[in-house]
Amino acid sequence: MKRYSVFAVAREALRYHQGWGRVWKKPEPKKKYEAIIIGAGGHGLATAYYLGKNHGLKNVAILEKGWLGGGNTGRNTTIIRSNYLQDASAAIYEKARSLYETMSQDLNYNVMFSPRGVMMLAQTQHEIRGYKRTAQANALQGVSTEFISPEKVKSLVPIINIDGPRYPVLGALWQSRGGTARHDAVAWGYARACSEMGMDIIQQCEVTGIRQKNGQVLGVETSKGSIDCEKLGIVVAGHTGVLADMAGFRMPVEAVALQALVSEPIKPCMDVVVMANTVHGYMSQSDKGEMVIGGGADGYNNYTQRGSFHHVEETVRALIETFPIISRLKMLRWWGGIVDMTGDRSPILSKTPVKNIFINCGWGTGGFKAIPGSGWAMAELIAKGHSSLTEEFRLNRFKEGQFIDESVAAGVAH
Amino acid sequence: MLILKCPYCGIEADETELSPGGEAHLKRYGPGSSDEELEGYLFSRENPKGVHFERWRHVYGCGKWFHAARCTATLEVFGTYSAQTFEPPKEIIKIIKVKRPGWKWRDLS
Repeated sequence: MKRYSVFAVAREALRYHQGWGRVWKKPEPKKKYEAIIIGAGGHGLATAYYLGKNHGLKNVAILEKGWLGGGNTGRNTTIIRSNYLQDASAAIYEKARSLYETMSQDLNYNVMFSPRGVMMLAQTQHEIRGYKRTAQANALQGVSTEFISPEKVKSLVPIINIDGPRYPVLGALWQSRGGTARHDAVAWGYARACSEMGMDIIQQCEVTGIRQKNGQVLGVETSKGSIDCEKLGIVVAGHTGVLADMAGFRMPVEAVALQALVSEPIKPCMDVVVMANTVHGYMSQSDKGEMVIGGGADGYNNYTQRGSFHHVEETVRALIETFPIISRLKMLRWWGGIVDMTGDRSPILSKTPVKNIFINCGWGTGGFKAIPGSGWAMAELIAKGHSSLTEEFRLNRFKEGQFIDESVAAGVAH
Repeated sequence: MLILKCPYCGIEADETELSPGGEAHLKRYGPGSSDEELEGYLFSRENPKGVHFERWRHVYGCGKWFHAARCTATLEVFGTYSAQTFEPPKEIIKIIKVKRPGWKWRDLS
């Protein structure tokens, strides 16, 4: 695989860019792998990458039903932040955020990480108290955030209306090293690095069954035949319930649709990410000039990647009050993704009732920001059988009542 | 847009008039039950890709709770029925079996 650099660009420029090869290989599955990861989204590819890079486990296949990065990795609003309330969450999300800082160099692939700053608006007295508490918690966790005044909000985001009639801006939780990254590039960068390490990324290969004997995994049945493995990682977000059913256990997750939309491109007008959790809306401006808008999740189970129109209407209606400038914008595209929600709105990275099957799911409405941290931790869990980052995200916490309750801190826009 | 017929007032209500209430026909476990039973009742869900039974409330209408049988993979609605039942009525099961041959759920075959 060719290394990307300014010299590579210059060399290719001299031969009409005809020398660029395929970015990842397109192999047929082997009979057996040391580890199989189901799901070539961001989390699955990151898990495979850190298995190889940190733990030397390179005899790995990543199986994907559709195309890599075609699920929620390519459908989110690309926000990266780590201003969580609970210690376990702050640890894994901050790990992820810090890995994003150097990801382009690590992967030799430009993921366009833009630490432009993320602002969560406080629009009720309750939110002021909540975010001040989060800022204090973050100070103890080593996550750099601060509570800022409405005047500071206005100076950072001139287009905002801070005297909204219903929801005035009373302050904000500000994380200056949060931001965005190009979501497709994250998946592609990891895929390229995995392929370079000799891992097999097998697309259009649907897992149809999981073979096990005496409570231990043996392999998987797929649309491209039967494949054996020693260890199996299930990293399939919305389809977690379906895969868990194949493996014979139940998960405390439900699949619901979450939606996002983008406007027509306009001139640069907002260079930070703004989240308004009271009104269930968040917005940033992409490099192309589109306003990227995310909203709330539907309240009922759905696997169709289509959401309800009225949720989008509510989101846009609320955002127009805070950002009057967007009221005449046309919306260009509108899509949905299937997210897996857990009871406490925190993810599950865990061993399962079946030996050597590991599961990574439940990221709900906020998985993109966690991709590198999630992969790092999941790889450690698969390779060593334990990880300090995943310990509190174990599956048994629902039985034990040891929840990581982020639903109070970020129940909706997450 | 999802449209369900309220079995009480007979109105074809769209989802802005309704409030989703999660999986139906759960067995409630309370004090005296085991940890597994309580966990199952509180958190474990069928979450099927296909036929699903749900509770809904006609919140901006008659206010009553009712049940709906729906497909989560296609958004097809098989029917709605009264809340005063522990399992889906035979007519609904029959409709589902015609439309989804081979379908099975819990101990209803």
